[in-house]
Amino acid sequence: MSVRVFFFAALADITGMREIRMDLSGATDVISVFNRLAADFPLLEAHRSSVLFALNSEYARPESPVREGDEIAFFPPVSGG
Amino acid sequence: MYQLTREPIDIQKIASSLQRPEDGAVVVFQGLVRNHARDKAVRFLEYEAYESMALKKLEEIGIRAKSDYEIRDIGIVHRLGHMDIGVCSVAIVAVSAHRGPAFEACRFAIDAVKKIVPIWKKEFYEDGAVWIEGN
Repeated sequence: MSVRVFFFAALADITGMREIRMDLSGATDVISVFNRLAADFPLLEAHRSSVLFALNSEYARPESPVREGDEIAFFPPVSGG
Repeated sequence: MYQLTREPIDIQKIASSLQRPEDGAVVVFQGLVRNHARDKAVRFLEYEAYESMALKKLEEIGIRAKSDYEIRDIGIVHRLGHMDIGVCSVAIVAVSAHRGPAFEACRFAIDAVKKIVPIWKKEFYEDGAVWIEGN
């Protein structure tokens, strides 16, 4: 299945991109997608303990299941205001 | 009224658009770009957002504010992009019959914005720049 993944702030700096399309095989969850990306971008490991996840513009948990066409986002704790 | 904008925030325009004859109070909170942070001099800031989710969260905060406080309406506007010292990065405007709930709703809304809305600021100093992470 195909999903779109977005990165923001420091995580976008690490990956060098804001958005990527990923093809995933079989049932998977949000943290598995993060793990796969962390294998490609080892600097993401520094954010593992604080990274926040979103699925289709709503906060998600590491074990939230990912489905075809989902929009996944990885980002640091927010700092607006 | 919930907006993300790359233009200067016009407080008067937000207040005018919200205000109705039955309102007796308008309370405005403005967040400003400060010239120092973490013991360093700040030259300017850049804000970015996960825009679709940020808008959704601004609206959720507004709906919550209207249900939990006796206000008639609320506006939340956050600016994105480059911002120099002293400019308004975020504005909350609450209108109500009486002042108390409007003050309280503004406080609630800015605290919630800082906690849950996916927006990030990058501080630029003389010797570099750092993305700020919330708690």
